[in-house]
Amino acid sequence: MAEAVVIRGLNKQFSSPDSPDRTVHAVRDVNLTVEPGQLVTLLGPSGCGKTTLLRMIAGFEEPTSGDIMFGDRRMNDVAPNRRDAAMVFQSYAIFPHLSVYENVVFGLRLKSLPAADLKAKADRILEITGLTAMQNRSPNQLSGGQQQRVALARAIVMEPKVLLFDEPLSNLDAKLRETMRVEIRELQQRLGITALYVTHDQIEAMSISDRIVVMNGGVVEQVGAPWEVYARPATRFVADFIGKANFVPGKVVDGGVEIAGQKFSLAHPTDQPNGSDVELVLRPEAVALSADSGVFAATVKRAMFLGNVAEYLLEVDGIGEWLVDVSNPGEVGLHERGSRIFVSPSQASLHVLP
Amino acid sequence: MLTNARSQLRILARDPILLALVGVIFAAILVFVVYPLAMVFITSFQDRGQWTLDHYGLLAERRLYKNALANSLSVGAMVGFLGVVIGYIAAFVLTRLDVPFKKLLHLITILPIISPPFVSAVSILFLFGFNGLITKQMLGLQDFSIYGFHGVVWSQVFTFAPIAYLSLRGVLASISPTLEDAALNIGATRWQTFWKVTFPLTLPGIASAFLIVFIESLADFGNPLVLAGAAFPMLAPQAYLEITGSFNLPRGAMLAVILIIPSITAFAIQRYWLAKRQYVTVTGKPTASTSKIVSDPVKWLLYAFVLLFALIVVMFYAVIIVGAFTQVWGFDYTPTLAHFAYVFNVGFKTVIDTLIIAIITTPISGILGMLIAYLVVRKTFPGKSAMEFGSILSYAVPGTVVGIGYILAFNDYPIVLTGTLTILVLCFVFRYVPVGIQSGIAVLRQIDPSIEEAAQNLGASSLTTFRKVTLPLIAPAFFSGLVYAFVRAMTAISAAIFLVSANWNLMTVQILNQVGSGRLGVAAAYSILVILIVLVAIGVINAFVNRMTRHTNMVRF
Ligand SMILES: Nc1ncnc2c1ncn2[C@@H]1O[C@H](COP(=O)(O)OP(=O)(O)O)[C@@H](O)[C@H]1O
Ligand SMILES: [Mg+2]
Repeated sequence: MAEAVVIRGLNKQFSSPDSPDRTVHAVRDVNLTVEPGQLVTLLGPSGCGKTTLLRMIAGFEEPTSGDIMFGDRRMNDVAPNRRDAAMVFQSYAIFPHLSVYENVVFGLRLKSLPAADLKAKADRILEITGLTAMQNRSPNQLSGGQQQRVALARAIVMEPKVLLFDEPLSNLDAKLRETMRVEIRELQQRLGITALYVTHDQIEAMSISDRIVVMNGGVVEQVGAPWEVYARPATRFVADFIGKANFVPGKVVDGGVEIAGQKFSLAHPTDQPNGSDVELVLRPEAVALSADSGVFAATVKRAMFLGNVAEYLLEVDGIGEWLVDVSNPGEVGLHERGSRIFVSPSQASLHVLP
Repeated sequence: MLTNARSQLRILARDPILLALVGVIFAAILVFVVYPLAMVFITSFQDRGQWTLDHYGLLAERRLYKNALANSLSVGAMVGFLGVVIGYIAAFVLTRLDVPFKKLLHLITILPIISPPFVSAVSILFLFGFNGLITKQMLGLQDFSIYGFHGVVWSQVFTFAPIAYLSLRGVLASISPTLEDAALNIGATRWQTFWKVTFPLTLPGIASAFLIVFIESLADFGNPLVLAGAAFPMLAPQAYLEITGSFNLPRGAMLAVILIIPSITAFAIQRYWLAKRQYVTVTGKPTASTSKIVSDPVKWLLYAFVLLFALIVVMFYAVIIVGAFTQVWGFDYTPTLAHFAYVFNVGFKTVIDTLIIAIITTPISGILGMLIAYLVVRKTFPGKSAMEFGSILSYAVPGTVVGIGYILAFNDYPIVLTGTLTILVLCFVFRYVPVGIQSGIAVLRQIDPSIEEAAQNLGASSLTTFRKVTLPLIAPAFFSGLVYAFVRAMTAISAAIFLVSANWNLMTVQILNQVGSGRLGVAAAYSILVILIVLVAIGVINAFVNRMTRHTNMVRF
């Protein structure tokens, strides 16, 4: 049932709403494969073309060029109602004039299933999504989280080839967002449906995806597993957008790097030539901080107690500003502003930007 | 742009039903809106197959035509001015002031909108005619004539001021009262606040209402025909007389073209220039609150004015009702049922004809209106703005012109329709669909498009989406489209009078004939019947639309 989604050389240019002869290049040369049964997120800042890409897959926008394939079948000329790619809209788009039950069976009715099948499928999905008790309510009597579940149930009950989510959790509060994303992930894995999931929330993306597609300005910057895009970002943009990053200048020396005169070996050798100047990514939590000894000396410019971590802004001698996180600060106490300390980057975490 | 059109066509081709629909609607607009208009223009420039400007030359030579043009324009301007004054005061009092019986006064004020076109004209004849109750019986005037400029103006003011009122009501209700409060707060007097804040904010709305009334007045056929008199020619009736009286089609067409020019100009200004200059100071629900810019004496003075207008409206209807039960107005005031008996015996076929035509027209017009609104708001296809323009064009074209266009276009090969039910239905559908389209567009623009996309995404075709999702959601607009279509089919005269025949006749035309032959009682009886039918129909349509939406668990949101 699950199918791969393959996107090749996809472009979308809108004519700009203000002046018809200018165009907005919303999606640029996107190539992407989603393996059957995988959940892939499209992650990027607002306006980077995520929704446009998703809407092209659903058939609501016509690509300017490029191909969209479900399995072996080219979908470009297939009408949206024949694509079998159910979508969960950011605004939920629940039919306000229909009850919860009627919303859920809307698509099934159009398939003219036997009444018993229809009922069975609907009951099962209402059960799974915990909506059984409220199936006769009208949507405006539901809370945001419940409406979200109706939108989810309505899409999943179709047992589509592909599930599309457009920021489905962005209208919910933080707590609900966390539980809902776990629910979505479990359902998707249980049913084994291929899914594309749009979000601008990096934590959400990392917590539910098999793979993450990081987009910026209509371009795919990197595709990879969550740990990959975090630990080995392909571009400065990815490193900066996902988590916090210190960018450290260095020089390639004999397969390792030299930072401010100190040599480090690399866990993943770079293919930059010897002697070239490079930029390294150093995550704040990959730096050890000590009052007595370390690789570089530094001055505390700002110290913030955040509960589970203390976040320091340091001026590292001869290098520049670094953000450093120290976990469990309640035990150690906070270094005061202006105090002199020492820092040591973890060699294994040093990552050279290609 | 060409590649753009091609890609739009490609999307359309994926949905064959939609493609067919767009094609059929385009064809229908071309044949039933554009083609008749083109025929009017062509005919006005021809004489026995030769191209000529002679007919237009007559405009300079003939006093009759020159006067008709001048009279129509001056009546239009006067009615526009008076209509706006009355409409503005009524709208201000009924939306912004704290006065009793607002709801009732509102209903009375808009009552003339659903009436047949002759109610005020016949009432005026009853009261001020040669045998008028006021002029002859009460004042004993012998040589007073109501016919001419003042008769037409007064009659039209009562017919069209309600339209100005409705339009200005929306404008006044959407202006935030906090603006007036702010002006008062920084020390402006009430008078300054009105002239420096309220009035300028409503000025585009005032201009717009003036132009709407001006267009209606120019296009009006019934009042001038009854009250203008021979000494006061006007364009619309003159064009009619050229064609039915002298069988001079080119001259009728020429007058029609002359009539259309100011109408279309006013329409274009109203729609494409003024509409963009309307100030709306609040978004969402209008926050009507009591205005503090009038002192108590002024408030009650304005209120008295609105009451007076409402009283005159009520009086007009009372006179019609009494007149319908009166033997011979002006001579013999004994009560009688003879006029109704006449309507139900001699004129019953006309009643049935009119009902059949209205009942066929209403659903076609209502659904077509919603479909076009849906296509225009939600779909992209080449020629979309042309479709919107074409479908509302007929709103700006005076009925007389449309009627002349239809007899010119459908009297002969390739499409022969004269004298049939079809021609009346088509004429009504395409003339009265714009109101449904406009309200459909307004409602649709407020509905999140992803609700319809969700339906498609779940497998619904365009047509199913429209039927199961869009239509229930735009039920209020659907309702007003249906009501408008029905009311107009029952009360129309200007275009229809060219298209009726012995087989298919209309009550409004009968009313006109009765007025023409001096049987005002029968005319009044017909008018009452029309009003009753319209009221019943509004109730039925309301129940129907309610059921249609409740059927699918309509939820108010
Ligand atoms: N219908 C449209 N017409 C013109 N420009 C559009 C349209 N839809 C989206 N865009 C533009 O395309 C870009 C990408 O938009 P979108 O895909 O909605 O971004 P995201 O979902 O990542 O926030 C934006 O610059 C947006 O303004
Ligand atoms: Mg988006």
